[in-house]
Amino acid sequence: MSRTLFTFNGGVHPDGHKTESNGTPIRAMPLLSRYVVPMRQHIGAPARPVVAVGDAVLRGQTLGAAEGYVSTAVHAPTSGRVIAIEPCAAPHPSGLFDLAVVIEADGLDQSIAFEPLDWRALDPSALRNRIREMGLAGLGGAVFPSYIKLNPGAQKIHTLILNGAECEPWITCDDRLMRERAPELVRGIEIMRHALGSATILIGIEDNKPEALAAMRAAAPSDMEVVAIPTLYPGGGGKQLTYTLTGVETPTGGRSTDVGIQVFNVGTAYSLYRAVELGEPLISRIVTITGHVSNPGNFEVRVGTPLSDLVTAAGGMLPGASGEIVGGPMMGFDLMDSAAPVTKAVNCLIIKNSKLFPGKPIELPCIRCGACAKACPADLQPFEMYWYSRAKNFGRAQSYNLFDCIECGCCAYVCPSHIPLVDYFRFAKSEIWEREREKSGADQARIRHDFKTFRLEREKREKAEKFAKAAEKTKAAASNPSEASAAVDPDAEKKKAILQAALERAQKAKESVAPRNTEDLPPRVQREIDEIEARRAAVETKTESTE
Amino acid sequence: MIGSPYTLGGNTTSAIMLKVMLALLPGIGAHAWLFGPGIWVSLLLCSFFAIGFEALLLMMRGLPMKPFLSDNSALLTAWLLALSLPTLAPWWLYAIGMLFAIVVAKQLYGGLGQNLFNPAMVGYAVLIISFPVYMTQWVAPLSLADHALTLADAFDVVFAGQGSISPDAYTSATVLDTWKTQTRLQTPVESILAQPVFASSGQAIVAAMYLLGGLFLLWSRLITWHIPLAFLAGVAVSAGLLHLLDPTQHASPLLHLFSGGVMLGAFFIATDPVTAASTPRGKLIYAGLAGILVAIIRAFGGYPDGVAFAVLLMNVCVPFIDSYTQPRVFGHKIKQGSDKP
Ligand code: SF4
Ligand code: SF4
Repeated sequence: MSRTLFTFNGGVHPDGHKTESNGTPIRAMPLLSRYVVPMRQHIGAPARPVVAVGDAVLRGQTLGAAEGYVSTAVHAPTSGRVIAIEPCAAPHPSGLFDLAVVIEADGLDQSIAFEPLDWRALDPSALRNRIREMGLAGLGGAVFPSYIKLNPGAQKIHTLILNGAECEPWITCDDRLMRERAPELVRGIEIMRHALGSATILIGIEDNKPEALAAMRAAAPSDMEVVAIPTLYPGGGGKQLTYTLTGVETPTGGRSTDVGIQVFNVGTAYSLYRAVELGEPLISRIVTITGHVSNPGNFEVRVGTPLSDLVTAAGGMLPGASGEIVGGPMMGFDLMDSAAPVTKAVNCLIIKNSKLFPGKPIELPCIRCGACAKACPADLQPFEMYWYSRAKNFGRAQSYNLFDCIECGCCAYVCPSHIPLVDYFRFAKSEIWEREREKSGADQARIRHDFKTFRLEREKREKAEKFAKAAEKTKAAASNPSEASAAVDPDAEKKKAILQAALERAQKAKESVAPRNTEDLPPRVQREIDEIEARRAAVETKTESTE
Repeated sequence: MIGSPYTLGGNTTSAIMLKVMLALLPGIGAHAWLFGPGIWVSLLLCSFFAIGFEALLLMMRGLPMKPFLSDNSALLTAWLLALSLPTLAPWWLYAIGMLFAIVVAKQLYGGLGQNLFNPAMVGYAVLIISFPVYMTQWVAPLSLADHALTLADAFDVVFAGQGSISPDAYTSATVLDTWKTQTRLQTPVESILAQPVFASSGQAIVAAMYLLGGLFLLWSRLITWHIPLAFLAGVAVSAGLLHLLDPTQHASPLLHLFSGGVMLGAFFIATDPVTAASTPRGKLIYAGLAGILVAIIRAFGGYPDGVAFAVLLMNVCVPFIDSYTQPRVFGHKIKQGSDKP
């Protein structure tokens, strides 16, 4: 390939463990009797249920509609009846429950009438609205609503990057997808190009996937460039892939779109093809199941499939299984409840045993060896961030650019003292958010309090003015001019000025404490923030209406 | 919560320490070959005291014995101190050195990773200040000694004092000592260099072996090039300048590089990660200044060698150096420090 590639600093070479699951074609799952479809399967506001318990639904029917801007719809994976709308186990590191629509399948698997779109004739904005209704979200794991990413806005997106790096060990769903469905995938990319108007299209695939590279090269037209990139974790991280392919660094706190580049996962392109050309909403995705399971491989799984059923489809766990990881071993999380369903974010389930995933060695003190800093793809100094996070000196941790950390795990992977560095960083970030929330909560309260005082003052003043006027009238009768009202006014003016200054101060304080780099937040933190924001908004409207 | 990553690269602190000790072996071997078996006794004694003190302090601090003792860090400190001290000193000298290295410089500062000062160099500095006489009694190269000590003799000397053998029979001044005393006596350079201790080149060979071990550390990526190179360059450039100014008082840079603790210091002591600067630019500043200090102390200080004091002085500056040399973070265009509150 003629393209010059750039090498980001750091990165690690964990064992790939790809062959366990990439040797067999994608299999279909048998139809199940029950699906649990969470309303929150994307970053942003959860979908709002639009069905009721007892309703009959068809495959592809909307169960939840997009709520607000950063949101997207959720659909029924099969035909049947809604038997419950309730909080259910969700594949989430916190183990918290999420609102879900539970469907009892009728076994007929009847679908709504899918309406293919003539997207070439459609203007990009109408296309995006359709995509929002189709429930598309990034399938690489970040699940950001795709319709937003397909909106170039004011910024010209000159380069569109397709992420087929799949740098996490064990995961092979994108590998199999590219091998088996490259032509369809490429058609999805065409739709993206239409929406964004990009001139350059780069498809980055790690060179440990020669079959996928070959298949994509065969399918891609000459104006799309399929690029083999070196196998180096986390080469598939959005910022790392962008840098590898273009040499452009995504500015801190910003997005690649700020520099005219948009990145999509290859799985998203494939689903986009299905949504637009076949009219089928996002109701299934490819999921890798691997590790200590009898028949590892990739399945085309309907969203809402309980993970325990996926394990069964793969022949069940082998004796000695010691747990399950959702996602890859570098960035995934422990599954708390195997009743949790596959969502749009779930790309892999790894069954652990004590040989593949031995317990963590005990944590020793940091010897400042710098191995973590050398491995960090964000060029951070993890041991400094660790030091201050551990000391709960979060301000200092932040001054070492904690929020530039992408939680890739390279630092913890190489640390000779086996310090779970990323855990410390996650902890520090969530603490910082917690404090920000408290602070802005307090700010809100102060503003409300100040406003209330202002209002009371005003009422008092108005009353006083009324009195004064009345007095004036009486006094006018006695032809004796009074200074009373003039005495009230300057005082009130002064108070108003003080109040104004206080409001401005609060506003400024809020702006200055607003943490930087919020774009880099991992989904789970982002989710928390969204929750917080939503709750705060609710509280605010309540207080306002009662006041 | 113990979250991802669920897979680790297999590095361990104890293996790192062990590799560093392995890299010391060529130097130790050369020392034993050229200066006799005394080095084994001092290594053994220092190791013994190091483990003893470490275990005692761990016990007193209520910390688990096994993981901390098996991190090999105390052993490495012991070896570095033993290699910096004269061999065949009385046993209590080693005990006091290790006491200050392990108990004071390391454990009282909070144990592994928390210490501000290089433990081995603290031990050395305490000894050279308190017992300067013992610290100048270096074992002579075998080729120059009137009496070659056996291993049994060595034990005898260390534990029973000088006994039957007079120290004059097996000790001599080092290259640096000789240079210092002779230049003060205004001895012409040619006659200083004609002295047998310069001719034997025993110290230079040991130093060359440390260099070899250091290259192994570089090759196995346990250290980066920044510290050794800056340290050696600091010594060479400043010693070279002094030599140019006044060759009758200041030895050539080559002699400085291959004598005393410079090679050991450049690759094994200044590189101690806990007490060294950690950013690439910081390492250059830290080690470069340490190298310059070595040459200055050797030239103008009261002690013949300056590695320990140079390293300790620079240890103090490390937090400062580090915080001013933070590398640019991915995606940051402007230098740090511009976003001060
Ligand atoms: S890798 Fe571990 S021991 Fe080394 S500096 Fe980083 S945190 Fe400390
Ligand atoms: S987890 Fe954060 S600090 Fe650690 S290597 Fe990745 S980006 Fe750097």
